[in-house]
Amino acid sequence: MAEKTVASRPRQQPAPTTEETRSRERYLAPPVDIYETQDGLVVMADLPGVAKDGIDVRVENGLLTLHGRASHASLGEPIYREFELVNFFRQFELSDKVDQGKISAELKHGVLTLHLPKAEEAKPRKVEVKVA
Amino acid sequence: MAEWNPIADMEALRREIDRAFAEFGPAGAHSQTAFLPGRGPRRYPLVNLHEDHDRLYIEALAPGVDPGSLNLTVVRNQLTISGEKRRVNGDVRSEAFHRSERASGKFVRAIELPVEVNENGVAAEYKNGVLVVSLPKAEKAKPKEISVKVS
Repeated sequence: MAEKTVASRPRQQPAPTTEETRSRERYLAPPVDIYETQDGLVVMADLPGVAKDGIDVRVENGLLTLHGRASHASLGEPIYREFELVNFFRQFELSDKVDQGKISAELKHGVLTLHLPKAEEAKPRKVEVKVA
Repeated sequence: MAEWNPIADMEALRREIDRAFAEFGPAGAHSQTAFLPGRGPRRYPLVNLHEDHDRLYIEALAPGVDPGSLNLTVVRNQLTISGEKRRVNGDVRSEAFHRSERASGKFVRAIELPVEVNENGVAAEYKNGVLVVSLPKAEKAKPKEISVKVS
């Protein structure tokens, strides 16, 4: 009788160890500025050391993913260091009001600029008032 | 008689080791992992220094700087980098910002070099937000080999 009232606890799974599905690399969330214009949103991200072919911007299921791979070959032997160039990764959830098919991106001087245009139905519209 | 406290002894030893290592190595106390927005009077841009037999190389982390505004001066063994980073092109009202994490503004930094350099052969390149300045060492600062004569 007593045995039935005591809920049998499921056997504990061994605690998961460190994640090994991704290669051991260091990532950093880049600092971004996001501002709104009449036509849409502009996202600017600082990605120093990332060349054009090392950058990967994709939109999937309303999720904007920025992935930058820093590639910078240094000359000579290091004698003093203040920074390290690391890879960048950051994700943003997009609102339905962004027209996901028309997103454009440009990279200049280590700054990635994304233009996220507003969908037509989300743009402010002026309603004409008719005088009868 | 003093009481024997192994925990306190170990703690003291650990602190001593930390202090010894804090001054050493590439990942010292001043090492920064990457570019972060400026907070108060901190050093900007962050720099790495490399060298080979003939030259010194300074790498400065300065994304988004207009190359036209960059200004480099070299006097004896001091390099000064100045420039301006604009946040956005054009006029954006401050209330239009949803997020504002990037640093911006004018900057100047003077870097003392470990050896004297030849001011005439300095070259600089700005690529992908990283400024690389290549400075030739002065003739007298180069390592010299002295051959030993056998009499």
